[in-house]
Amino acid sequence: MAGEARDLKLKIDNVRKVFHTRSGEMVALNGVSLDIYENEFICVVGPSGCGKSTLLNIIAGLTDATSGAVYCNGKAVTGTGTDRGVVFQQYALFPWLTVKKNVMFALEMKGIKGKQAQELAMQYLAKVDLEKFADHYPKELSGGMKQRVAIARAYAADPEVLLMDEPFGALDAQTRTQLQSELLETWERDRKTCFFITHDVDEAIILSQRVVIMSARPGRIKDIIDIDIPYPRTQETKMTPRFLELKNRIWSQVYQEYLEVRK
Amino acid sequence: METKKKKSLASRIPARVWLLISFAVAMGVWYLLSIIPQTSRGFPNVVVTIEGLITMIQRGAFWQDLSSSLISVFGGYALGFVIALPVAILMAWYLPVRNILNPWIQFIRNIPPLAYVPLIVIVSGVGRRPQIIVITIACFLTMCVTIYQGVVNVDETLIKAARVLGAKDRDIFVRVIAPATLPFILTAVRLGASVALTTLIAAESTGAEAGLGMRIRALASLYESAPMLAYVIVIGIIGITLDNIIKLLERKLTGWQEKREI
Repeated sequence: MAGEARDLKLKIDNVRKVFHTRSGEMVALNGVSLDIYENEFICVVGPSGCGKSTLLNIIAGLTDATSGAVYCNGKAVTGTGTDRGVVFQQYALFPWLTVKKNVMFALEMKGIKGKQAQELAMQYLAKVDLEKFADHYPKELSGGMKQRVAIARAYAADPEVLLMDEPFGALDAQTRTQLQSELLETWERDRKTCFFITHDVDEAIILSQRVVIMSARPGRIKDIIDIDIPYPRTQETKMTPRFLELKNRIWSQVYQEYLEVRK
Repeated sequence: METKKKKSLASRIPARVWLLISFAVAMGVWYLLSIIPQTSRGFPNVVVTIEGLITMIQRGAFWQDLSSSLISVFGGYALGFVIALPVAILMAWYLPVRNILNPWIQFIRNIPPLAYVPLIVIVSGVGRRPQIIVITIACFLTMCVTIYQGVVNVDETLIKAARVLGAKDRDIFVRVIAPATLPFILTAVRLGASVALTTLIAAESTGAEAGLGMRIRALASLYESAPMLAYVIVIGIIGITLDNIIKLLERKLTGWQEKREI
């Protein structure tokens, strides 16, 4: 990355988060600082309980940091904003709205109404290959299809940064690799800044330019590893020596953290 | 194989036919009750029962009783709902409201309405007013608890999802909380209808001039079991009709649900 003049998109500055529980104070995040640049794809890996979802919620503006701050385009984050879109693990589709109307919800919140919203929604659905399911309700879709709709909805809001909280975590292995490939293709096309949380090391390497490894209790950044595998990447990339080398390196660090958590 | 075949035979009979079979069996049981000496005094046969109803119609009592009861039921029911909806929302949103009201509701809910009817009569006098008050209280208690559960159980992730898409508080209430709560509201409406009917008898023990419940009590003192049984069945028919209308509404309005409540 050296020498490249890149725009700083997100600045996470010394973020600390403390939860008050019945058994006392729990430090979820401590001294977390990270710079994320425009068009960058960053993955965060770490054992459960390392605070990676909390960090995402703070960036999204859904939770306040106890101290420290997050800046998006240089402006301190004080709440949710349409410059930051979120894709949740549980899809979070509105079950009472059809697929198309779920996507239209995002457009209507931006003030796009009526026929224009309908046409745009269909375009976003086309990008995830679900135009045929426009009038179906979420309950009629598989998990992978639901997540595709959620991604289409997030794109429809046209945020500058996409925050993804283990979006493929609830899917079976096959669907997961398929959605990874689709996401890769989309990202390679538009290079929207992406902050992606996962506990799957393979997924982190195949998608991102940098992998952030977090440690647990308190959650902090343990290491950041550049993924120097060139795009376009495919599922075959997972067989290359460089991939396996990086996987070994990241996995051993993540595994140490799992052991720590178990203690 | 044998049992499999038998199973498929039973499962091949359509629901409507099963309903007819169920009805036929009920009529059979009724007939048995009407010929067994121990039960026949309370259960006259179908013909006698219908004659009893016709007598009541001819005396001019039946339609008066029916309309009086329906006015009380719907009046109390509607009033109970109108109060329950905002109270449930306030309870879900404001901790003090919840912590003060919830124990009251739980406490009163477990008292049979019949027990406090005399107190209400002392306060409001006899006539239509105490009837409506009693049904309102009973409906309010049931509906408030159910709607409250619905508002509290709105999936937090859906609210978050709406918020990150730029929804303001008003959007979240109108476009997320309201539709997410609708299934619970409809369940409350259904439970409320059933409570309204079951409370009717208690409500009409307040010295009502007419009404299905009042008439049953009056006929009881005369040992006129035929019209009594007819009235009891009429109450049942009203109940099942309301239930089915609301269920139809539920299917129409909340068919998007993953799980449907029974």
